[in-house]
Amino acid sequence: MTSSTHLLKGATLPSGAVADILVQDGRIMSAALGTSAPAGTTVVDAEGLVALPGLVDLHTHLREPGFEQSETVLTGTRAAAAGGFTAVFAMANTQPVADTAGVVEQVQALGRAAGYATVRPIGAVTVGLAGERLSEIGAMAQSRAGVRVFSDDGKCVHDSLLMRRALEYVKTFDGVIAQHAQDPRLTENAQMNEGALSSELGLKGWPAVAEESIIARDVLLAEHVGARLHICHLSTAGSVDVVRWAKARGVQVTAEATPHHLLLTEELIRSYDARYKVNPPLRRDEDVQALREGVADGTIDIIATDHAPHPRESKECEWDAAAFGMVGLESALPVVQTALVDTGLLDWAGVARVLSTAPARIGRLDDHSHSFEDGAPANITLVDPAASSSFALDRLHGRSTNTPYEGVTLSGSVRWTFHHGYPTLRDGVLAPAGDTAEGMR
Amino acid sequence: MRHLLSTRDLTRDQAIHILDVAEDMADVQTREVKKLPTLRGKTVVNLFFEDSTRTRISFEAAAKRLSADVITFSAKGSSVSKGESLKDTAQTLAAMGADGVVIRHHASGAPQVLAQSDWIDAGVVNAGDGTHEHPTQALLDAFTMRRRLHPGSSRGKDLDGVRVVIVGDILHSRVARSNLWLLRTLGAEVTFVAPATLVPFGVGSWPAAVSFDLDETLRSIRPDVLMMLRIQSERMNAAYFPNAREYARQWGLDDERLTALGPDSIVMHPGPMNRGLEISAAAADSAQSTVLEQVANGVSIRMAVLYLLLSGEREALA
Amino acid sequence: MARTVLQQADIARALTRISHEILESNRGADELVLLGIPTRGAVLAERIGAEIGRIEPSAASAADLVGSLDITMYRDDLAKHPTRTPAPTQVPRRGIDGATVVLVDDVLYSGRTIRAALDALNDLGRPRAVRLAVLVDRGHRELPIRADFVGKNLPTSRDERINVHLTEIDGAEEVTIEG
Repeated sequence: MTSSTHLLKGATLPSGAVADILVQDGRIMSAALGTSAPAGTTVVDAEGLVALPGLVDLHTHLREPGFEQSETVLTGTRAAAAGGFTAVFAMANTQPVADTAGVVEQVQALGRAAGYATVRPIGAVTVGLAGERLSEIGAMAQSRAGVRVFSDDGKCVHDSLLMRRALEYVKTFDGVIAQHAQDPRLTENAQMNEGALSSELGLKGWPAVAEESIIARDVLLAEHVGARLHICHLSTAGSVDVVRWAKARGVQVTAEATPHHLLLTEELIRSYDARYKVNPPLRRDEDVQALREGVADGTIDIIATDHAPHPRESKECEWDAAAFGMVGLESALPVVQTALVDTGLLDWAGVARVLSTAPARIGRLDDHSHSFEDGAPANITLVDPAASSSFALDRLHGRSTNTPYEGVTLSGSVRWTFHHGYPTLRDGVLAPAGDTAEGMR
Repeated sequence: MRHLLSTRDLTRDQAIHILDVAEDMADVQTREVKKLPTLRGKTVVNLFFEDSTRTRISFEAAAKRLSADVITFSAKGSSVSKGESLKDTAQTLAAMGADGVVIRHHASGAPQVLAQSDWIDAGVVNAGDGTHEHPTQALLDAFTMRRRLHPGSSRGKDLDGVRVVIVGDILHSRVARSNLWLLRTLGAEVTFVAPATLVPFGVGSWPAAVSFDLDETLRSIRPDVLMMLRIQSERMNAAYFPNAREYARQWGLDDERLTALGPDSIVMHPGPMNRGLEISAAAADSAQSTVLEQVANGVSIRMAVLYLLLSGEREALA
Repeated sequence: MARTVLQQADIARALTRISHEILESNRGADELVLLGIPTRGAVLAERIGAEIGRIEPSAASAADLVGSLDITMYRDDLAKHPTRTPAPTQVPRRGIDGATVVLVDDVLYSGRTIRAALDALNDLGRPRAVRLAVLVDRGHRELPIRADFVGKNLPTSRDERINVHLTEIDGAEEVTIEG
């Protein structure tokens, strides 16, 4: 049995202070230097490790129900724990789509049963993601799953009137629409970022304006109706500009970037290797730099993985036939450290903000937003920032292996993850299945 | 040479080498016995996921004249149309002992994916992939230009300073792309002429001049070579241009433009032609037209490519 | 260490003698075609052709007498070596039908090159007779083939290498043996 009391000795807090963190009964009892441990405490040597509030992913595809060959709630939350996440928001594009209270309650129950992380379902904005009529947003909000984030992710809510109604309607439930900004007509059969390279490779272009024009429309709609709006996975410099402009006007908009859009560029597609096929597509180096600056100056509020597992056959094929998406839970923090911390753009307090407190706030996940104050829920991630290694497939714990980082040297390694005080990751090793749920009671 | 996927990968020396070997193959085509025993015992698979009778029979003739066994695998009506993956198809062909795979695919990059995979060890020839490349077409075009410009003494020559104008649907044309890279490597100057909707995005960074005006271009460039591309009728429905009449008037090679072109310039078309749309019947049948030479030269070029890919000991994957 | 076995004068004498022998055996230069096997055989064929022109002023001009026959595409060992670059085949205008064709090569060894040359000839036409002239015969035949005109018989071991250097190609004129 793993004791439920842990002392994380000598951990460095996001503020830079060094602390001995006592975790007991799912709560942080103390985070001061020299905290003494009661008898029976497991002492974790956390010297040199950075302690972050448990990471929160506002954008995860857990694939269950419907696509269990790619991922399940259990395998996906194991991947989450391995990546330092204590909460994930599960996207609605399952089969059946999460557009009713029944489906979201099922997903939440599966998460509770697995026990590796808090699973908060995202509800679909429109029935069947079809973009035609609103789904039962109220029922989902008031269900046991308590849905607060609604998204048709994978598809754009492109009908302007429907988007306006959705923005207005979710205000009733303190919800937020997370928009996948992609003009469908401008991106019919699109395969990669539109530019000189897409023309050379003969792959149908995905113009930046297809994303930027929807964001521009939606921030204006959000302003007009006074609603909260969240923009998923910004990928272009222009999108950052539009959001920056909207925030300056006081629009209630939050924005997200994925780790892969902060590190990888379209040049990788020269290989036609479908592991680099993702929606939105990898863009130019200028876009990567603009996204990094957007995170650094707060225009982009959060980083979310868009963890999108696919079976091997969906990637082992010609580019056009391949599925969009990359797995990202295990690689997220190393990529963020490599792209933002090592480059001096973000300190660890910033990392805590973009990967934990800000997404928790947007998703109304109250028990996850803390700054190590006494009595806070013990959702904690310990990172070894000095580690650096070539990313290998054995670091993946989900059901799919479609990572773009195999063989890429990344900084940082998640060592421990505590979910409500229970260690789901122990010095790099996942807690055995079954124990976790029990640990959670 | 292990695979031929793109003309972009070819150096000047490699390109001239292929053209020179094709000269030898063309010589064989003038003999009574047109067959060589060179690839006896080798198996070449024509793997066609997209219909193209012309390209398929050209490769078939090339392989057969080198005494290779030819297996044709057409996607239509086969397991491929029932959802079999490229991987499974490739592994099936590997199990049958294919030495070379000539692949035509609607997806750009499919030949490269096949060549990079460990599904099959055969040499891969790109016979046209999506809107990416069609390297043997570009090679046969360059071969045709070289022979017309240096009659009887084309061996070893490049296309230094030759002015080539390519007209039509550049956006969707793998022929235009492969020609651009190869012609530039061989020293030619390339100008694309098309309506702005059919010019590829970001073409400014390509080593080609771009014009929307055919008449102006004919006057100012005085091209040695005018290459007309096939225009597909489905482009009209996708709002690339209003209708065939307007296209023909603005960008078609009509009799007047043929006269303006002058007798020393050559007119090329990769075929099949839409007579009366991108090219007039008079232009297609004129003395300047190389359309049929291109077909004949296609066999010589494909023989050269198959010879260079398949005759030597298998190079280690490098 | 390479040892010279034929010097410039030896080569010249051998080619002169071969030229005479060809004329003698053909009873003149009528209906005669010399086909050199690239690279060095083609050079030797040209030299023999020129010599025949000197000896027999009535002989056809060099262009009608001498050609080259590339055998690359007929080799039986293509798959055992890196891809070979073929050389042009040039047949005199008269063609080879009904002619006495003398194949010319620098070194006769296993006989496989000549086997390939016979196959290639077969695709070009139907000569009345085919003869073989070589500068050096080093033995070790693997096929029932022999030369009709030989510059020099050189007994060798299989480990040794024969290098033929001709001015037109190598800038030097000698035959050496390396072992």
